[in-house]
Amino acid sequence: MPSRRSRGVDLAATRRKAVCWCARYGGAVTARDVDPDFIALPRHQLADAALSAAREAGADYADLRIHGLTTEVVQLRDGELETAVVDREIGLAVRVIVDGTWGFASHAELAPEVAADTARRAVAVASSLSALNAERIELAPEPVYTDVRWVSDYRIDPYAVPTADKIDLLEEYSGRLMAADGVDHVWAMVHTVKEQTFYADTFGSAITQQRVRVMPMLEAVAVDAAAGSFESMRTLAPPTARGWEALASDEVWDWSTELAELPVLLAEKTKSPSVTAGPTDLVIDPTNLWLTIHESIGHATEYDRAIGYEAAYAGTSFATPDKLNTMRYGSPVMNVTADRTVEHGLATVGYDDEGVAAQSWDLIRDGIFVGYQLDRVFAPRLGMARSNGCSYADSAHHVPIQRMANVSLQPGCEDLSTGDLISRVRDGIYVVGDKSWSIDMQRYNFQFTGQRFFRIRNGRLDGQLRDVAYQATTTDFWNSMEAVGGRQTWRLGGAFNCGKAQPGQVAAVSHGCPSALFRGVNVLNTHTEAGR
Amino acid sequence: MIPAQQVVELALQAAEQSGRADETIVIVTDRSDTSLRWAGNSMTTNGVSTSRTTTVISVVREGGIAHTASVRSSEADPAAISVMVVAAEEAACAAPEARDGAALPTGSGVPDDWNEPVPETGVEVFADVAESLSTGFGRRETLYGYAHHLVETTFLATSTGVRRRFTQPTGTVEINAKRDGASAWAGVSTPWFVEVPTDALLEDLSMRLGWAQRTVELPAGRYETLMPPSAVADMMIYLGWSMDGHGAQEGRTALSAPGGGTRVGERLTELPLTLYSDPFAAGLECTPFVAAPSSSERISVFDNGYDIGRVDWIRDGTINALAYPRAAATEYGTAPAVPGDNLLMTGGSADLADMVAATERGLLLTTLWYIRAVDPATLLLTGLTRDGVYLIEDGEVTAAVNNFRFNESPLDLLRRASEAGVAEGTLPREWGDWATRAVMPTLRIPDFHMSSVSQAQ
Repeated sequence: MPSRRSRGVDLAATRRKAVCWCARYGGAVTARDVDPDFIALPRHQLADAALSAAREAGADYADLRIHGLTTEVVQLRDGELETAVVDREIGLAVRVIVDGTWGFASHAELAPEVAADTARRAVAVASSLSALNAERIELAPEPVYTDVRWVSDYRIDPYAVPTADKIDLLEEYSGRLMAADGVDHVWAMVHTVKEQTFYADTFGSAITQQRVRVMPMLEAVAVDAAAGSFESMRTLAPPTARGWEALASDEVWDWSTELAELPVLLAEKTKSPSVTAGPTDLVIDPTNLWLTIHESIGHATEYDRAIGYEAAYAGTSFATPDKLNTMRYGSPVMNVTADRTVEHGLATVGYDDEGVAAQSWDLIRDGIFVGYQLDRVFAPRLGMARSNGCSYADSAHHVPIQRMANVSLQPGCEDLSTGDLISRVRDGIYVVGDKSWSIDMQRYNFQFTGQRFFRIRNGRLDGQLRDVAYQATTTDFWNSMEAVGGRQTWRLGGAFNCGKAQPGQVAAVSHGCPSALFRGVNVLNTHTEAGR
Repeated sequence: MIPAQQVVELALQAAEQSGRADETIVIVTDRSDTSLRWAGNSMTTNGVSTSRTTTVISVVREGGIAHTASVRSSEADPAAISVMVVAAEEAACAAPEARDGAALPTGSGVPDDWNEPVPETGVEVFADVAESLSTGFGRRETLYGYAHHLVETTFLATSTGVRRRFTQPTGTVEINAKRDGASAWAGVSTPWFVEVPTDALLEDLSMRLGWAQRTVELPAGRYETLMPPSAVADMMIYLGWSMDGHGAQEGRTALSAPGGGTRVGERLTELPLTLYSDPFAAGLECTPFVAAPSSSERISVFDNGYDIGRVDWIRDGTINALAYPRAAATEYGTAPAVPGDNLLMTGGSADLADMVAATERGLLLTTLWYIRAVDPATLLLTGLTRDGVYLIEDGEVTAAVNNFRFNESPLDLLRRASEAGVAEGTLPREWGDWATRAVMPTLRIPDFHMSSVSQAQ
């Protein structure tokens, strides 16, 4: 039998290993190219076969997408391995327009004859269902990009790091938490993704891209067995479009400090008083506010929702086209941009899944609603000359739809720190870290919880509170924003799992924001809400 | 693509030739998928898809310790098979001890249908639905919705002789109708798209929109509420997902008992309600064996091929079982309990019309939406009512009211339920992406907690 690693836990040794990980897998920052195995696929041959077959079958337009998605999930519970699985998904998709009607087909096999047959199936789908189509599809024009490549900015390819090393690191991080007083259980997880696409269309574009992202998470649990109750607290490290460097040291995220502080904060939380419900001034940290932005601005400014495309599922939006350039969304300090260009953003790309180059634009300026997220179909319907590049499909087997760009709240002109914002509050709460989220199907009513709630008294933090949730209507909430922090407080948060569409698709997206001060937000006591 | 059965055999052969793993599990799932979506009385997206997922799980044993790793791929190229086997073996060799290690189930022979062709689907299954929609698009209502058909055939084989095969059809049709500011929803689960009652759904929607001709604004508060089967299903599915034994034993779930141990044996309600999963439930058939590509607290790769039977999670109102893979069951001295991919609740007998007639003043919901955990210690969930909240006065539906945000725990709902209707097949709205096989009753909750008003319509 082959040799195996010793399973004895030598934390000192694994710590030493953690320190040298960057050196093992990193090295100097160099301009990356798409991986050779993806480049070696017969991309252009498949495109020629599919696009030619589509034309011959009667399509007015066609695009081919080869979509590869490599994921790895490693999970440990109490330092022991629970799950380690690597998944490699790849396939090809053909989308056609036949006499103004979409048709879509996909297949797992990357062979020219399969690509051609898949194109013919897409044409057949469009033809057989055309009687149900009442809106002729027209695409906004876009320059042609001939055989271009784009790769996201990361240093250590997570797939160059053996699974065993990932387990070691999580084991070591778990060990730090488990060694602390008051921590009964620890859950640790890392999810890595490498996404590779080749896109070609009948306009002549051919685009190859590769991007990488990682999502680390550790949660500590304190159990009160006598009461049959427990409290938990999670790390704040956000998912990011970086490589293994985001975990392997304190280079990107200060793991040393966070893992040292978390048990102390959890112990304090277990002994903290329950919150008093009612209107409360909140200073919200970027680690929490990103999710509120995602739900109440990101989704609300998707044009497909606004015109009803998601009415039966993900929902619509109160921000309808008739309100564009007139509706006050929030206070005058509210400036929100959408972009697919921010460094290490999860929705950052070179080109979207309709061959549109990445851009950035305003959604809300000085508190006024001024922009939407669009794809090539919706841009002309809104009267825009060009798509702003928000088309995305999460797999070869799903049709591209309009998905979210990185939607971010901009910092204020005045360089206020989080402490400056807290100093303006006499009696309130400083909210840190995301946890629970929910918003209605028109993006009005939302409710969020968090990881840590610090009471503010007379401009200073004064211990933690528990059982806190905040609930508001979107425009009331954003109009209650009195001040935003400066650039020094601005941070990217985000998620891998933004859901939308049927069949369901997930997308990764980042949201940057500063700390911000809100007045008189309705705070709930979740214990009371539960009728206890 | 080469046949799935051939992929299975090639993978097992490659593993045997390599010899690095003591045992190998191969799972191949072929998928044939088609969808149709519409909005504003016009088709928006559609498609057909053919895909395959192959999973190779290697188990390496060292004395009484097992090491395992899983590698999955959708690559159709046969050359990828041996690459997967090598990758799984290498990862298993380097993996730490598996916390769920156990002997693999054994078997001999192949099922009779093992070599049968894999069934497929295509847009032609939507012919009748499309015809009804064409008519519906011309009515007063504006229609939005989705029809989906997925046929998955799973082949599972192990080096210990197990061979299992199952074809899982999953089909749904859901329609949202809007008229004069009102919105209504109806949906059905239809595994093979046979006799889909699309016209009946459209009639039901028209009736509900008619109920909304009168509207009443109500404030937040606690209301006597009739939760229809879809809404009950969404809350009970979340409860089912939360009923893992390991976490409860360790004191970190809502099923943990004060003083230690679990809440198994706790009576939730005097109503004779039984919540169960059963792969052989008529009309809700689902995979009757474990086919797990990776382990979790609820399921183990070491149980692959193990029979899944009926499990009564709640029996006659009392918490009866929690989910345990075999290794966890051994650890805690209990029987393995593996959830099947359906959920049923029986024990009620009232007819919905009678429940409405017996209501002096209350609310009748349609569906719930955006359900998320607020407090895992109590399983407090938040969410919204959606597409139809109706006011019942003196035994009749008299108006539509505004939507609400609720904060409720499914455990507490069962503790407070005062009446249960007869169980019927339903399509869960919130969790329909994952769970389409459900039979649920209507529940009467005397004091459902509507935490705030939602302006959404």
